[in-house]
Amino acid sequence: MIWEVFRQERKGQPFQHAGTVTAPNEQFAEIYAREQYGRRQESVALWLVAREAVSEIDEFPDEFDLKYRRVDGYSIKTRLREARERAGTLEMAPGGAEE
Amino acid sequence: MSKRTDLLLSIADDELILGWRNSEWTGIAPFLEEDVAFSSIAQNEIGHARALYELAAAELGTTADELAFDRKPEEYRCASLVELRRLEWARTIARHWLYETADEIRLATLKASDDSEIAGVAAKMDREEAYHRMHAEMWIDRLLSSEDGRERLNEAVDELWPYALGVLDDELRPDLRARVESRLGRELPDVEPVPRGVHEAELAELWEEMTMVRRSAPAGAQW
Repeated sequence: MIWEVFRQERKGQPFQHAGTVTAPNEQFAEIYAREQYGRRQESVALWLVAREAVSEIDEFPDEFDLKYRRVDGYSIKTRLREARERAGTLEMAPGGAEE
Repeated sequence: MSKRTDLLLSIADDELILGWRNSEWTGIAPFLEEDVAFSSIAQNEIGHARALYELAAAELGTTADELAFDRKPEEYRCASLVELRRLEWARTIARHWLYETADEIRLATLKASDDSEIAGVAAKMDREEAYHRMHAEMWIDRLLSSEDGRERLNEAVDELWPYALGVLDDELRPDLRARVESRLGRELPDVEPVPRGVHEAELAELWEEMTMVRRSAPAGAQW
């Protein structure tokens, strides 16, 4: 069985995919994950997920090429600044005031 | 040498030599995950040996390294169980499990020691050994779950049993027997324990390899 392992580096941080372990059952998987992804104190927590339990979505049809949904080449920074100026929220925006 | 130092060295030598033996699987364990786990366990054992050598060294006015590497093979106090070279997985697991079971019994008495240094190190060791025991127990579950595995485990335990008894002092042996018999669901033969301090020929070979680098460098070399 293959287990996907996610690890958290510090409390409060998101869990990130670390890799996999192959193990016959959950008990072995826990020991192996602990040794592979935790023995150097590099993690504060691990999640183990049986690969079968993962639902994967890998199709994202875009038959009509709806480019306007994407932001490529669109300078959002300037537009956002202008919008914030209009709304009077520039001061509140992160890093907004000094730009 | 005090009784205390003798005790510290016995356990330190057990942990060092077993750590060394277990590390012989590094790179060739049955599969990758087990390779990493078993190597990590070996490193832990050597860490325990170091902590115990340091306590003994403070008393003897020497260093942990000198105790670990500068004695002659016949001066080591380890039990024969950890000296045996059995590069066969069922025997390795059987030895690992027998040792961890005996060690749990021994650690329980050390944790209750009036000597706060010994009790402290024992408690720290036990927190890591708990994972070694989990690892050993899951392998025992696994081996007991099939006819072939059960046969191989039983054969290995029969071979190692007199050595396993030798890890513990007389008064702790009945506890070891009770635990092993109940886990395997069978009685073990009445055998003479192989006493601590009687060394196997394999120890000298291991010592040659283990101390080779140390012996090759002039005294006082810094690493």
